[in-house]
Amino acid sequence: MVDTVTPQPAARDRAAARPARSGPPPGARFRSLVRRYRLAPYLLLLPSIVAIALVLLWPVVQVTLYSFQNYGLPQTDGAAPVQWIGLANFTATFADPEFWLALRITVLFAVVAVSLTLLAGTLVGLLLHQLGRIMSVVVGTAALLAWATPPVSASVLFYWLFNPDGGLVDWSLARLPHWLVGSTDWSGFNWTTSGALPAYTVAVILVVWQSFPFIAVAVLAGLKTVPAELLEAARVDGATAWRGFWRITFPLLKPIFLVLLLLSVIWDFNVFTQTYLLTGGLGNRDEYNLSLYLYDKAFTFPPSYGLGGALALILTVILLIITVGYVRASVRQGALT
Amino acid sequence: MALTTPGRISFPNARSRARTARKTRRFGLNALGVLVALVTLFPIFWMVSTAFKPSQEIYSLTPHLLPSHPTLGNFSAVMSGQASGIGSVWLFFRNSLLVTLSTVVLASGISLLASIAVARFRFRFRASYLIMLLIVQMIPGQALIIALFLDFDHLNLLQSLPGLILVYAAQALPVSIWMLRNFVATVPRELEEAAAVDGAGSLRIFWRILFPLVAPGLIATSIFSFITAYNEFIVALTFLGQAHSDYTLPIYVTYFFTRGGAEWGPIMAASTLYTIPVVVFFLIVQRRMTSGLVAGAVKG
Repeated sequence: MVDTVTPQPAARDRAAARPARSGPPPGARFRSLVRRYRLAPYLLLLPSIVAIALVLLWPVVQVTLYSFQNYGLPQTDGAAPVQWIGLANFTATFADPEFWLALRITVLFAVVAVSLTLLAGTLVGLLLHQLGRIMSVVVGTAALLAWATPPVSASVLFYWLFNPDGGLVDWSLARLPHWLVGSTDWSGFNWTTSGALPAYTVAVILVVWQSFPFIAVAVLAGLKTVPAELLEAARVDGATAWRGFWRITFPLLKPIFLVLLLLSVIWDFNVFTQTYLLTGGLGNRDEYNLSLYLYDKAFTFPPSYGLGGALALILTVILLIITVGYVRASVRQGALT
Repeated sequence: MALTTPGRISFPNARSRARTARKTRRFGLNALGVLVALVTLFPIFWMVSTAFKPSQEIYSLTPHLLPSHPTLGNFSAVMSGQASGIGSVWLFFRNSLLVTLSTVVLASGISLLASIAVARFRFRFRASYLIMLLIVQMIPGQALIIALFLDFDHLNLLQSLPGLILVYAAQALPVSIWMLRNFVATVPRELEEAAAVDGAGSLRIFWRILFPLVAPGLIATSIFSFITAYNEFIVALTFLGQAHSDYTLPIYVTYFFTRGGAEWGPIMAASTLYTIPVVVFFLIVQRRMTSGLVAGAVKG
């Protein structure tokens, strides 16, 4: 403290002695403060901290508060007072069979979509690694296009492909032999309004199509780090490609796979855009996943921000548990150094 | 040749067999590659193909792979605004472009400052800050949307593009900073020190040395914030409501699509126009993107 106070009178004296001239440059005091307290990193971080706190952290606090209140339209207007209602929003949520259906749909969708995405991505990554230069550019570019297609375009496009009225999929399925596609009459089959299973089948195909390229590119980058001599040596010793993959490649790429697995789980657990559009806005209650259920509770008239808040909290806690795994995996890879 | 021993004769045979096996293998792999590429491209092809079909071909009983009478009618209906009834596609292009570019500039600037702090200084809360970024990036948009909606309503920023820009820039920050700090860390400190010894001020060092060397990293993070903003759905859907003239492209396409009585030709034309810029952009920056994404997502 003493150190900081002493230069001040001296500076003021000098400024008083030469009032006509500018004295010390206006930034000088500030700069010496920055240097003395090593403020530079904090100043550089300030804009990002403000933005993140206002748009990402403070809303989490607010939503947490709402989840213990009866916050709704009358409370936002000021027509009725905000009341603390304890865990009522949570008990109401857990008593709602629609919540459990939405949770089941969310978990099943994540399990299926993540497994298929990782499988398809890894296989394409392995293929890209084996292909010659030209072919790998061709396949890589095709994958890039699928990945680059905006989710809204992709969802609308898949809705059209699976449309009962003129859609290509129903037309093709109706022309395939029954032993292959079952005895359902596929012409005019409505994928998006016939319950959760058909709707989420389309969602899985869509999500896998959009996200396998990222996995493939990441796996390919990992494969390039595996020393070719190791695999060569294994081959000379008579190991099959299958054995070589499981005994050499997979263990070496395990950290990458772990991160990809966690990222995919987080993405697919959260999916909103695709399911919102494929199930036709908020039209079909029996096709809600957690995100749609939350959105419906919070924004369909009459809005209940309290119930929505409780659901947001539940969703965040589930994701936080997954995220802890992600952070630990990243830290173990030395991401903080 | 006739004098070679039997043992030697079998040798070229084995080699040619190995060569045939290798050729078969290469052929098989290439065929598989072509198959994967075709399956992956097909949905996009179908979108573009539908966009060029007149409506009697779209709804005909036997689908045509390619339009037999290609037409620009769907595109002109979208451009004139007649198809959607809420305005020409160019209006929404302008909105999306404005939102996306502002987000990129804002997010890049803020994350460059932050990544310099993280990569160049050792300070007390550095590790906590980095872990905070990792956790924050996982908070789902759906969890925040209620509070954001109410807050931005109070601030009168709901049905406006600046409101969207603020949210998108903040959402892009965690990953941008996380990616960019790797790039800043690779700039040799000695360069900056040498410039400082030569009497260059910090601003001059920043613009003349750090900035040009970090530029590739800035491109990678810009790509990331570009996609975040250009594709974003839930915030725009919630914020923009009935403010048709402020719609961004994804909300415009959604409006078109959920309005009922869907006309697939114009919808596919609008989706095609919405998709083209990202796809072209990605093809241009393809190499940088994959390396940047892998550096950002896989390493951390």
